Amino acid sequence: MTLEEVIEREGYSVIGRPTPKKDGWIKATGEAKFADDLYFPGMLHGKLLRSPLPHARILHIDTSRAEKLPGVRGVVTAKDFPGILYGDFAHTRDYLPLAQDRVRYIGEEVAAVAATDMDTAEEALDLICVEYEPLPAVFSPEEAMQPEAPQLYDRAPNNIASKSEFHYGDVEKGLAESDYVREDTFETQSMKQGMLEPHACVGLWEGSGKITLWSCKSSPYVVWRHLAMGLGVDPGNIRVIQTYIGGSFSGGKQEGMPMDFCAVILSKKTGRPVKFVHTMDEVLVIGHMRHSMKIRLKTGVKRDGTLVAQHCRIIANGGAHASIGQLSIFLPGLGLNLPYRVPNVQMESYRIYTNTGFAGALRSHTQPQICFARESQIEMIAKELDLDPVEMRRKNARAGGDVTPSGFKLGTFGFLDGLDRVIEASGWREKYGKLPRGRGIGMAGSGMISGARLMSHSASSAQIKIREDGTVALMTGSADIGQGADTVLSMIAAEVLGVRVDDVTYAMIDSDVTPLDPGAFSSRVTLWTGNAVKQAAEDARKQLEEVAAQKLKADPKHLVFRDRRVYVRHDPQRGMDFASLVRSTQNRLGHPVMGQGSYTSGDEPIAVQGGYGNASPAYSASVVVVEVEVDEETGHVTLAGIWNASDCGFPLNPMAVAGQSMGAFTMSMGQALYENLIRIEGQVMNPSFRDYKMPLIVDLPKVENVHLFDIITNDPNGPFGAKEAGQGPGDGVIAALANAIYNATGVRVKSLPISPSKILSGLEESRSNKP
Amino acid sequence: MKEKDNDSSKKSSLMTRRTFLKGGALTTAALSTGVLGAEVGEAHLALEDYPSALKRATVTLKVNGLRHRLEVEPRTTLLEVLREELQLTGTKKGCDRGQCGSCTVLLNGRPVYSCLSLAIEAVGKEILTIEGISDGETLHPVQRAFVQEMGLQCGFCSPGQILATVALLGKNPSPSEAQIRQALAGNLCRCGAYPMIFKSVQTAARLR
Repeated sequence: MTLEEVIEREGYSVIGRPTPKKDGWIKATGEAKFADDLYFPGMLHGKLLRSPLPHARILHIDTSRAEKLPGVRGVVTAKDFPGILYGDFAHTRDYLPLAQDRVRYIGEEVAAVAATDMDTAEEALDLICVEYEPLPAVFSPEEAMQPEAPQLYDRAPNNIASKSEFHYGDVEKGLAESDYVREDTFETQSMKQGMLEPHACVGLWEGSGKITLWSCKSSPYVVWRHLAMGLGVDPGNIRVIQTYIGGSFSGGKQEGMPMDFCAVILSKKTGRPVKFVHTMDEVLVIGHMRHSMKIRLKTGVKRDGTLVAQHCRIIANGGAHASIGQLSIFLPGLGLNLPYRVPNVQMESYRIYTNTGFAGALRSHTQPQICFARESQIEMIAKELDLDPVEMRRKNARAGGDVTPSGFKLGTFGFLDGLDRVIEASGWREKYGKLPRGRGIGMAGSGMISGARLMSHSASSAQIKIREDGTVALMTGSADIGQGADTVLSMIAAEVLGVRVDDVTYAMIDSDVTPLDPGAFSSRVTLWTGNAVKQAAEDARKQLEEVAAQKLKADPKHLVFRDRRVYVRHDPQRGMDFASLVRSTQNRLGHPVMGQGSYTSGDEPIAVQGGYGNASPAYSASVVVVEVEVDEETGHVTLAGIWNASDCGFPLNPMAVAGQSMGAFTMSMGQALYENLIRIEGQVMNPSFRDYKMPLIVDLPKVENVHLFDIITNDPNGPFGAKEAGQGPGDGVIAALANAIYNATGVRVKSLPISPSKILSGLEESRSNKP
Repeated sequence: MKEKDNDSSKKSSLMTRRTFLKGGALTTAALSTGVLGAEVGEAHLALEDYPSALKRATVTLKVNGLRHRLEVEPRTTLLEVLREELQLTGTKKGCDRGQCGSCTVLLNGRPVYSCLSLAIEAVGKEILTIEGISDGETLHPVQRAFVQEMGLQCGFCSPGQILATVALLGKNPSPSEAQIRQALAGNLCRCGAYPMIFKSVQTAARLR
């Protein structure tokens, strides 16, 4: 079904229509206040002192000289905190607001100062003297796993921070029964989230004990919990207020960071609000990055390309802290269950502590890495067996209704539709193997969850208050991070209540006011929070329906809410204005119209160690084709065309879906071709955007060569059929580029990024191999 | 100073941030120039050796048509003055190193990175920031285009993208596809809204 047909059939008045972002005006005028744009009277400026050593014991910290510097109002070290570990999974929790007696990576926070201005704060850092006893450090995960390696934490023998293991079916038997078995090792690099807004916050600790943090947080309630944990205070005393967020991508804005703790504790010490802002060098040096991985993938197939068994072993560099690594190391298993039918699958994945900046989530948490391995290998297998790679994918593709070996229940899964769309639109049949040398086409497929059901707090909630002028105040706990949550959630409310999107205001998250929600990550907002909003709007509508039915002398079932009116379906003249209905209900009858809703997806637990069960209420599928041109003199890759089809269930806001699809694509493109956080002995060598290269507008193909397709599957679990759209479309991109580069040059690169030098040495090698 | 009596025979090392920074800065300089010349050494004289108070200059800056008389240090960047002194926070501080474009403003109609421009260099020039391009509540056509085409997501790079577009269309009302790309090549958008930004520029050219 096409978008228009669904809109027509369902009679949608708001959703399905391209709707520019609600906060476009305030962002285009510069009025939107990001965290660093906040100024309070008497506000102090904070700075963090960081460890210059990758691994060391802290013997002594002397802050006396810093404290005496005119303008310095406060200096704090670990002693100012209760020493309680904070973090997400209880069994791996290892964050402290400031390092206590040991530092484990270059950049780890050791002390903080607050001063009347930034220069004084910086100068004060110079006056803090830290006495370290250097400890042996370890930087590579393989070395860190050796028994004689330096140990980062007592609780983690062999530096195994977390692991996830599963085995469904019988992989050994499957491999034995296969006609062809192939094993490859793929390596992926460390990559930064690269959001342009550095982390920033303002902390205030009032005499009453009330603690307020204003910050650009994508998951304010997670921060709220972390603050309470690390400060050892009652969560009820803490208030986290979200500002506009200049990109998150899980680069630290999803959790409590040392700067947040230091801002509030320094405020307590000084009686003033304290602001912290990271410099970009700090952002690029500290933790929060994509895990670099070594992925050994062994796959067995029948001669006709039927996938039989897959064994995957992953070693990931976790860096110096656990972060949410327990989840990170479970999620690659998704890739082994989606998007193809593989009856026998086994995964052993290990996340290893090293003395480097720690890794965590980054847009599409570990999926692009595993897709790079799997989709590159499928292409290699197809070549070996002389099979058409498209047909091989088609033969193995999953479809709606499937249950995967690990228990994922695929309600809908538009993989084959997506495949057909991109094959046809890209002219694949005319191009594959027929393009001139140096020009190539490649594809990849992927699957993605719509919000993981794996956290202890997964449920979403929403509240709606209708004002007497008929406008709607919508509150959820899901922050808009640029992805369009403000708009799509407002559209859902507007559709149900029959008002316009502009009639709905979307509140910034404030932990004292807005309902509980885990936040914006895991591609969960549209489905989870969207369902909660739909329910809240239906609740509010029901309250109005009762009054309208009496006033219009009609059955509530026959009432239609549309275009700011309520009327009887078979007699549209019999109706009333929405705002006057609200006034009658609220102001005369005394029934304030307040709707509430919530959504969760069952409560049977799944162990993140690799447990069986349904990881998400819905799964999306994506298929991407790219065409590239490779300059064989320089190794430079030019992207000539993109065809990306994604099953978003139903595009509630096609404009935002396109934005998300391009965003996911572009980020993966950066990982495929340019980005790499280079570290030598734990020291980041390229902490700047000059040396850490991210895609620019000139790197994208011409707009007329960018083709995005929404595959409509109307998932029964999604609000109005919607599933995720913000991460899945990027999952296959790295592999598609790798496959296209191979198609263009015959060079197969199995490590990221696929830099010009790797392409050139591949070309060199193939030339020297020729007789 | 403690850092000076560093004794290599001692097992522990005394570290202040400055010794760390010096090491880092020297390495960087060595990498970029290939030599460790005398200037590099001089540039890293201890800060204490400089006069304690840098002379402030009184300047008049014309921002969005309004004159502001300000006292600034010669080293102060235009970005700092706009944000800290004039509270014009629409100009964003991203990398503060001229690598992201979030701080783009116009000087006499030309786009510049305000983090790489000194405030004193802007004296006598027309400084235009995002706050100065709309006419009250009526958006500038470029702003309107970015809103309509959703040439923004998180919005952090948007003021810079919009001003770079204003500058482009100011000198070239109907730019080619290549000219648009070139004009915006200095402005990163990590949300990856590039095709929508591109369309916003095209739409802006039509709206003007």
